[in-house]
Amino acid sequence: METIILFSPLIGSLICGFGWRLIGEQAGMVVATGLLFLSMLLSWIVFFTFDGVTEQIQIMRWIESGSLSTDWAIRMDRLTAIMLVVVTTVSALVHLYSFGYMAHDDHFREGETYRSRFFAYLSFFTFTMLMLVTADNLVQMFFGWEGVGVASYLLIGFYIRKASAGAAAMKAFIVNRVGDFAFLLGIFALFYLTDSINLSDVFAAAPELAETQISFLWGEWNAAEVIAVLLFMGAMGKSAQLLLHTWLPDAMEGPTPVSALIHAATMVTAGVFLVCRMSPIMEFAPYATTFVVYIGAATAFFAATVGLVQNDIKRVIAYSTCSQLGYMFVAAGVGMYSAAMFHLFTHAFFKAMLFLGAGSVIHGMHHEQDMRNYGGLRHKMPYTFWAMMIGTLAITGVGIPLTHIGFAGFLSKDAIIESAFASGTMAGGFAFWSLVIAACFTSFYSWRLMFMTFFGEPRGNKHTHEHAHESPVTMLAPLGVLALGAVFAGMIWFGSFFGHTDQVARFYGIPLAGEVHASDDRGAETTEAHGDAHDEAAGDDHGDGAKAADGHGDDHHAAFGGKPGEGAIYIGEDNTILDDAHAVSALVKASPFIAMLTGLILAYIMYIRRPDLPAKLAENQRPLYEFLLNKWYFDEIYDAVFVKPAKALGNFLWKRGDGNVIDGGINGLAMGIIPFFTRLAGRAQSGYLFHYAGAMILGIVILVTWVMVGGAG
Amino acid sequence: MDNLLSIITFIPLIAALILAGFLRGNDEAAQLNAKRIGLWATGATFFVSLFLIFQFDPSNTDFQFVEERDWLFGLKYKMGVDGISVLFVMLTTFMMPLVIAASWDVKTRVKEYITAFLILETLMLGVFMALDLVLFYLFFEAGLIPMFLIIGIWGGANRVYASFKFFLYTFLGSVLMLVAMIAMYVEAGTTDIQALLSHDFSSATFPLLGFEVVGGLQTLLWLAFFASFAVKMPMWPVHTWLPDAHVQAPTAGSVVLAAILLKLGGYGLIRFSLPMFPVASELLAPLVLWMSAIAIVYTSLVALAQEDMKKLIAYSSVAHMGYVTMGIFAANQQGIDGAIFQMLSHGFISGALFLCVGVIYDRMHTREISAYGGLVNRMPAYALIFMLFTMANVGLPGTSGFVGEFLTLMGVFQVNTWVAVVATSGVILSAAYALWLYRRVVMGDLIKESLKSITDMTRREKWIFAPLVAMTLLLGVYPALVTDVIGPSVGNLIDTRETALAEYRATTQIADGGQ
Repeated sequence: METIILFSPLIGSLICGFGWRLIGEQAGMVVATGLLFLSMLLSWIVFFTFDGVTEQIQIMRWIESGSLSTDWAIRMDRLTAIMLVVVTTVSALVHLYSFGYMAHDDHFREGETYRSRFFAYLSFFTFTMLMLVTADNLVQMFFGWEGVGVASYLLIGFYIRKASAGAAAMKAFIVNRVGDFAFLLGIFALFYLTDSINLSDVFAAAPELAETQISFLWGEWNAAEVIAVLLFMGAMGKSAQLLLHTWLPDAMEGPTPVSALIHAATMVTAGVFLVCRMSPIMEFAPYATTFVVYIGAATAFFAATVGLVQNDIKRVIAYSTCSQLGYMFVAAGVGMYSAAMFHLFTHAFFKAMLFLGAGSVIHGMHHEQDMRNYGGLRHKMPYTFWAMMIGTLAITGVGIPLTHIGFAGFLSKDAIIESAFASGTMAGGFAFWSLVIAACFTSFYSWRLMFMTFFGEPRGNKHTHEHAHESPVTMLAPLGVLALGAVFAGMIWFGSFFGHTDQVARFYGIPLAGEVHASDDRGAETTEAHGDAHDEAAGDDHGDGAKAADGHGDDHHAAFGGKPGEGAIYIGEDNTILDDAHAVSALVKASPFIAMLTGLILAYIMYIRRPDLPAKLAENQRPLYEFLLNKWYFDEIYDAVFVKPAKALGNFLWKRGDGNVIDGGINGLAMGIIPFFTRLAGRAQSGYLFHYAGAMILGIVILVTWVMVGGAG
Repeated sequence: MDNLLSIITFIPLIAALILAGFLRGNDEAAQLNAKRIGLWATGATFFVSLFLIFQFDPSNTDFQFVEERDWLFGLKYKMGVDGISVLFVMLTTFMMPLVIAASWDVKTRVKEYITAFLILETLMLGVFMALDLVLFYLFFEAGLIPMFLIIGIWGGANRVYASFKFFLYTFLGSVLMLVAMIAMYVEAGTTDIQALLSHDFSSATFPLLGFEVVGGLQTLLWLAFFASFAVKMPMWPVHTWLPDAHVQAPTAGSVVLAAILLKLGGYGLIRFSLPMFPVASELLAPLVLWMSAIAIVYTSLVALAQEDMKKLIAYSSVAHMGYVTMGIFAANQQGIDGAIFQMLSHGFISGALFLCVGVIYDRMHTREISAYGGLVNRMPAYALIFMLFTMANVGLPGTSGFVGEFLTLMGVFQVNTWVAVVATSGVILSAAYALWLYRRVVMGDLIKESLKSITDMTRREKWIFAPLVAMTLLLGVYPALVTDVIGPSVGNLIDTRETALAEYRATTQIADGGQ
């Protein structure tokens, strides 16, 4: 069944991309969409029937060399199951939505077929994304990783005539490659140390890695730390984290369904998935995970500040995505992988919905994307308005504080903020405050978007506003389905992702510590794993484990156990964040809600009560406004530091290095020492090439003969 | 068949003789006949070579299909293939029919043109099969001549400069190799490659002109061979002949040069340098690794600055050959497997990329990147194929380009992480230059007046690309087709080398201990 889920999008892509000439464009699109809905249906069946036991399904041999042996294979566990439903659901809905959205497009001329190409790319993307999440080894994951990169490249550059789209596509691919560079090195390091890149072997070797030193570049490092940092740098590229985020806002050049599918719900979360997937290694790399927390928190804050002042509706949501991904990394970094996956899961619903809603607005407004030209649209587009409203309620985290009742974002975001606080480290504290402030900003820019778009007076081109219209049902239906997710996904699955330890353990198939302690070989394993961390005798280790197991006294607060690789995620023995997060004070639990209210009130004052305020504020705080509007000048800095010098260096090496030094040197040598050749060159220029060739043959024959006769003599 | 290898090698030569001797006239019909004979001969060669690959036993690490005869002056004619060389034979026979088919529009001196390519095929096949030093040298050097003529006669405006640069470079390297071969004959008393492979060349340190030569004779021989192979690869800093040669060569010439001729150097390193001079290889490996890493970064940066499509792809070839040399001298299973894989895969991909340039050069007669833009509007099929090979060139997983890069980098990581990091940065740079080229040529709106009537690929052109597309994807998805064949032979090579190195370490330790 997993194989069908995996390959039906590929088949759909091929049929739609190449077969449309035979069966017609519309039929091709229907086939691709139908196959995706099949995939989605099967994914949900898998999700609900999955029993928590990790399963491997071989498909075919792949790269083999010496002791390296990798297959095309599916690893089926809870993480895979979650990603399967996220990817196929959003993708199927986006396919459906695209029937309406792509029906007419001014970027293409009359009679040009572009829709089948679009659907083929979408399905191809889905296939590679599924390849990524089902991968059984790291190279296969890298295949999916790069595959989604290509699909993203093709879709960002889908409007082939638009120069800016081409530039954005290229930028996305190259910036991602910077991350991939580190990812590759991580894979090499893993193979070097564990002699395998299959996930199960790698996980089993994780405790050993924590005690191994690797000489990498200029120093000796802890192996687990090096690998964790390298893999996370790969994740930074794909998930647009700070320093490697510059491609994501530009990626909005692609059609809006693409932004919803790739640049909000699925591909950009691949980095988070990778970190959660590699949890057995991350758990043994405390410095690396601290780094993850800092980067995630900084991104969440940075992107939220930029989002405050953007005017392009899609860019606001893009920065919002970037910021929310930061939240997920914080969760993963503090060791609460389950909360990261929770937010990934709910975010997919409400962010896809926000993008598709924005797409519906853009569609209705004839491809106008500047919010300054919107206003008062709630009457013209009531359904879109309500969908966006639900999305906004979800992303800003509306719910009843101190209960588990609220929109999806309320539950998952709060889970992350509580986990950050509970981690108790300096990084955790930094992350907590960054995230709370970012939550306030999130609320502000989300409501700003709502108020500028749907409330107030119509601004901008009058003609456009007169012709503004609600979107067709193929576009509204997906919004409805996603709205269900945005409202209920958090409440339904709260227990599984962030409930009691035993609930979460059952969901992910992680053995509980009590069960494991009963088995005989466990003691030895523990000693081996933690011998380095605690220099004392093995007896202390048992004490530690026991403390983790019943540290909280509460009768059904069991602790996670199991060896790395058992269950979909691995929680180290001293990792008690889940329990700690449940125990944080009410004020901490309520803090995101307070932040949300603050943002809402500010936005209400500035965009409903006193619409003149924002302009005045921008005027008063000109430097700050410019700084934010120009996205902290990252693009300009990168251009000056990397792009221009690379081109200049290339030119220099070519003209001076190749031209003057190498050719100059060799010409000088040849022409100086062997004037013989210059004479020949002179002759050849007058057309005696054949004579010259004859001379060469003769020369060789003479030389060889001389060797043989001379040698024999 | 006892003489299968000879049959494969000499079918093209016989066809060339028939062509040169019997075909008269230079009218349309005669030209067409010449091309047909060329296509049939190369096609037949490929067909016969299929017997070779199907009868080849990968698990046997010895040379197979060995033929041995006496020849002039007591010289030996000895041919054979093992897991390392057999796929290069297949690459050659596979590519040549495509090369001839890609030359269908040549109008000047067609008979000579086809003859040159047929002779070239025989010589290249001979290099991969020769098991005698003199025979190898003959094939290896004689291969220069047809290529030299192809550039010099059918090339572009500046062809004479390019062909001489090509010749000078490669010839200087060859002279040194020749001297080394004489020395090897004097030392070992045989020119039989099989015997030389098991011969133990002296690695004792001896003084020369006041220098202590560590690794002794092996080091000197190694350097001499390296001079020749490094030029052929080409390695930085002796690569500057390649861009000029490519730019001036006709499309088919570029394809042969990139797809097959560049592999002679890499093949030589694996066949001679590594197994025959294990101590010297070990001593000098850091040098080669660093030269390779520099080559990858340096030439990628230079590629970024190019304005001529062919030059850009030529520089990218140099960068890709950097992975090959790096893999070979990482000297572990992944490294060498990867190097061979990279060479085969680069044969398909760079060949296809030069064909891609040829397609639009035939239409517009310029290779300037700035003369193009927005081709996708009128050439969708071309845009698709060019995209595929651009991505393959960038090393996208799922194409053959990835497997070679991945394995070589993985191999070198185990030896030297600095080199691995520098070389891996090539994945960023290659994406930059390749995608930028694609964007400037294919993407965007079609504005230039001169391009308004450009036509998409013809049926013939599509058929030329089809096998290359198939191979690129097939090897990317199921690389075991290659690794199964080369694996055992490479493993054997590594084992033999390790034994030799262990002996060397033992003796030097004793020597050190004695002091």
